[in-house]
Amino acid sequence: MRVNITVNGRPYAADDVWEGESLLYVLRERLGLPGSKNACEQGECGSCTVRLDGVPVCACLVAAGQAEGREVLTVEGLADHARRRSSATAEAAEAAGPGAPGAVRPGESEAAGAVRRGAAEAGRPGESVPLAPVQRAFIDAGAVQCGFCTPGLLVAADELLERNPDPSDADIREALSGNLCRCTGYEKILDAVRLAAARTAGEAV
Amino acid sequence: MDFLRPAGWEEALAAKAEHPTGVPIAGGTDVMVEINFDHRRPEYLLDLNHVPELAEWEVTDRTVRLGAGVPYTRVIEELRTELPGLALAARTVGSPQIRNRGTVGGNLGAASPAGDAHPALLAAGAEVEVASVRGTRLIPVEEFFTGVKRNALEPDELIRAVHIRRADGPQQFSKVGTRNAMVIAVCAFAIALHPRTRTVRTGIGSAAPTPVRAREAEEFLGAALAEGGLWEGGAPLDPSIARRFAELCAGACRPIDDVRGSAAYRRHAVGVMARRTLGWVWEAYREDEGRTAQCA
Repeated sequence: MRVNITVNGRPYAADDVWEGESLLYVLRERLGLPGSKNACEQGECGSCTVRLDGVPVCACLVAAGQAEGREVLTVEGLADHARRRSSATAEAAEAAGPGAPGAVRPGESEAAGAVRRGAAEAGRPGESVPLAPVQRAFIDAGAVQCGFCTPGLLVAADELLERNPDPSDADIREALSGNLCRCTGYEKILDAVRLAAARTAGEAV
Repeated sequence: MDFLRPAGWEEALAAKAEHPTGVPIAGGTDVMVEINFDHRRPEYLLDLNHVPELAEWEVTDRTVRLGAGVPYTRVIEELRTELPGLALAARTVGSPQIRNRGTVGGNLGAASPAGDAHPALLAAGAEVEVASVRGTRLIPVEEFFTGVKRNALEPDELIRAVHIRRADGPQQFSKVGTRNAMVIAVCAFAIALHPRTRTVRTGIGSAAPTPVRAREAEEFLGAALAEGGLWEGGAPLDPSIARRFAELCAGACRPIDDVRGSAAYRRHAVGVMARRTLGWVWEAYREDEGRTAQCA
């Protein structure tokens, strides 16, 4: 069957989709958007977290046909999404941030570089999009180790901060409770979300 | 496989009548796992996401008619006053991602003995509204679970809604698991005080082939509260009453040993949860009574 979905603001049509296929499979294998990761395929790990009409869901548990006509936001579109959301002040501050998006920088891990590059490649080819505040904060706080859980965590954390710009630690733990990190980097991940919240609050003043 | 996408309830019933082997899918949190792991290859998937009335609810004087497709997140955020026990249980379901998709209707459809909503529905008092092209019937939730992952639905029927009694007293829910999220219950317990009818109801999850009520415990406690005049006075509960209630709740279990826990542990834990949750609801009831008395 054919499935029409808007992903990161762009309309896509996927053909020859098997009826039992998941939205995750469509994103990764048919639309060339491998940012959302495929791990447990049972909603346990959260590495495939995307937003479906704004709501965080496990893409592995959404049947492709259920996404027909709906809007999906993946980690590839996160920077763009955050940019649209942020105020002019935030945009100005962001623009002063990262330089060349491609290279791994001194002191930055390979995985962190991949996050940055992934985000930069998100929009139109050749155009670099500044990182979303949560992406920047994950790198700065050392919250990226192997990087596999990172896309799902970024989507979940960004949605939390959109809903609740000043979350308590309990709010953060609750919001990220469906995202597993087996490098056991949770403390750094919590640091990163707090950092993103603090920076966004600082920019808003 | 065929993907059926009815745009309304009548259309959904017609599709289910035409394809009784079709598997309804709402949040997909159970069905997609089975498909992803190749445990199930239904001939037809019947997507209920586009049936708008399933995502709605109506609050009337005594009940909430909760559409089968209302996700747990909305129960937690919007129905915690009317359905406090169910909202507490919903908070323990999976993770935010799962609660955003999973539904009480889906929980009933899957009819797992470990389904988190079930004990809360049993304790509150609920009827499952099921329908087919042949008509509609209401099934008391106690009679809905017929075996492990089996329910009273006929092949051409779909779950339309659950009629849940609005809380008229304190309710509690407790669940044992290895962490606070993403946990299938080792066992679970729900209790609801119903001051209007001077009754107590319970629900036990994951400690018998189906979710069950501890009827003997309910009757014992109801009688103890009545005999002691405790509903009126709101006096503290004698520990011996709580102990006996806990024993009877543990006795209502028919648990098995499995990877999540032993039968003996489940029986023990249900007793502990029964005693604790009774303490919580009774304290809440006494506080309520105290406030009412002051106002009067």
